[in-house]
Amino acid sequence: MRGMELSLNHTQKLRLQRALESLSSGSSSNASVTVADSIPVNQEDGVLKGHGTTELDGEVVATVCGVIERVNKLVYVRTLRARYKPEVGDIIVGRVIEVAPKRWRLEINFSQDAVLMLSSMNLPDGIQRRRTAVDELNMRSIFEENDVICAEVRDFMRDGSLQLQARSQKYGKLEKGQMLTVSPYLVKRRKQHFHHLEKYGIDLILGCNGFIWVGEHVEIKDSMIEDEPTKPDPKNNSQISIGLEEEEQTYTSLEIRQNICRIANAIRVLSTLGFSITLDVILEILDLSTKKGLDIHEMLGAEFCVLVAEKEAERRSSLTRR
Amino acid sequence: MGEALNISLSLTHTHKHAQSFLTMEYVSPEGLRLDGRRPMEMRQLRAELGVVSRADGSAVFEMGNTKVIAAVYGPREVQNRSQQINDKALIRCEYTMANFSTGDRLRRPKGDRRSTEISLVIRQTMEACIMTHLMPRSQIDIFVQVLQADGGTRSACINAATLALADAGIPMCDLVTSCSAGYLNSTHLLDLNYVEDSAGGPDVTVGILPKLDKVTLLQMDAKLPMDIFENVMQLATEGCKAVANYIREVLMENTKQLENRRGV
Repeated sequence: MRGMELSLNHTQKLRLQRALESLSSGSSSNASVTVADSIPVNQEDGVLKGHGTTELDGEVVATVCGVIERVNKLVYVRTLRARYKPEVGDIIVGRVIEVAPKRWRLEINFSQDAVLMLSSMNLPDGIQRRRTAVDELNMRSIFEENDVICAEVRDFMRDGSLQLQARSQKYGKLEKGQMLTVSPYLVKRRKQHFHHLEKYGIDLILGCNGFIWVGEHVEIKDSMIEDEPTKPDPKNNSQISIGLEEEEQTYTSLEIRQNICRIANAIRVLSTLGFSITLDVILEILDLSTKKGLDIHEMLGAEFCVLVAEKEAERRSSLTRR
Repeated sequence: MGEALNISLSLTHTHKHAQSFLTMEYVSPEGLRLDGRRPMEMRQLRAELGVVSRADGSAVFEMGNTKVIAAVYGPREVQNRSQQINDKALIRCEYTMANFSTGDRLRRPKGDRRSTEISLVIRQTMEACIMTHLMPRSQIDIFVQVLQADGGTRSACINAATLALADAGIPMCDLVTSCSAGYLNSTHLLDLNYVEDSAGGPDVTVGILPKLDKVTLLQMDAKLPMDIFENVMQLATEGCKAVANYIREVLMENTKQLENRRGV
């Protein structure tokens, strides 16, 4: 098993095995290939060779381990464990590793660092204008090294490097939360990658690159409207109120912190078991953990892992029966 | 009188023993090797994927008592910008032997001649099969460490590296597998262990691309007549193919398992 080393006792081992076996019996698709396996194709129809394939003596041969996918004439191999392969429009979470002239470089689990240009992101004051040299000097006030950022894939440059954009209030710096790293194949592309879990007061961002953000919910405020003239207050009074306001802003209540950890642990369990990570499944696991009255740290234990596997097996079998 | 005879008998016995130690018998008259294998028999293979959680791909590969761990990081941004290649990936390889890997515990200096040479060999062998042109301006790091050394570490390292690369989802035109063979006591021996390796006889390490049927690695540090060499190499190639079959099985099982667990 990848990731965490679980110390299972004998019964737990058997239960886990049975659960995982029932998973494999459900899907009997036999389209897995390994490196250098030839892929059966109908040569008369004409074939388009996609990613993960190559031609050898007139045969189509896989170059990676994965699952064969066919779309009309196109044949490609979908890899499982591999680095993130970006597509335009993907929502990703990344970490700033360098502040360079007019751009930030982000680590996004791709074969190169992604580039976020200063010109392709909204300024904090929300005004649309040309970026000046002053803006360039103040780049560190927007993002610093090691900040976690949410952005969208804009396009590929000629040389294969990746450009990002963050032209909306929903993108930008992520604070007060945890970033988790999972294998990108576990996150599916969906319409919705931003989730606001109102019950827990939490924002969940499932980045397509396998970086997942769990953090306190932030209201997206349109900074354009915020240009109200502040009331003239006595000087010392206003200072105190600002101090309180700041404190309120940086403070995250214990309950929310616990919720963050609980959700993060649910995702960790899913990732160790290698189950695909979707909102429904995460919420189901949260329910399971609260129903069993488990503490947050107990969610990473062997017993809960087995429970999750059994639950998932049950869920999938019920889906196929329907 | 009887006693004296006894002594002389035991003397000849020890004398014989010493002689057999000098010209050691690597294959017994019954046709068994020192570890009980037949001359054409390989050691037990075992492989496991995903042993290093933080790596992109990793594997443990065992051939009998030889045990090697490999970890692959990348493709990732090139660390040293001056080494960046514009049309293909940069591949780096580091081979180390753990202090505890051999019988006598040795502190091994990093970057000694032997390990630099093997690093180079592994790098060149893997470079031949990785499709580097698909990952321009990036770098792939391969780290292999010998955990238990019992002969054939070179081959075991290459096999482990192949598995780790496949686990990392790096496109390769074929798997590379490697195996060694030798010639001792006028017998062809497959997959030499440490004792046979240090006998000073010829030791041929072969690496092949099984699907393309090409040789990517061939090393020998001794002399052999041409006809015998051909047979030894043939034997090693057969060994490589056996390893390839095993590696394919392991990869296939792993792929199926990942896909099934992921679900729809």
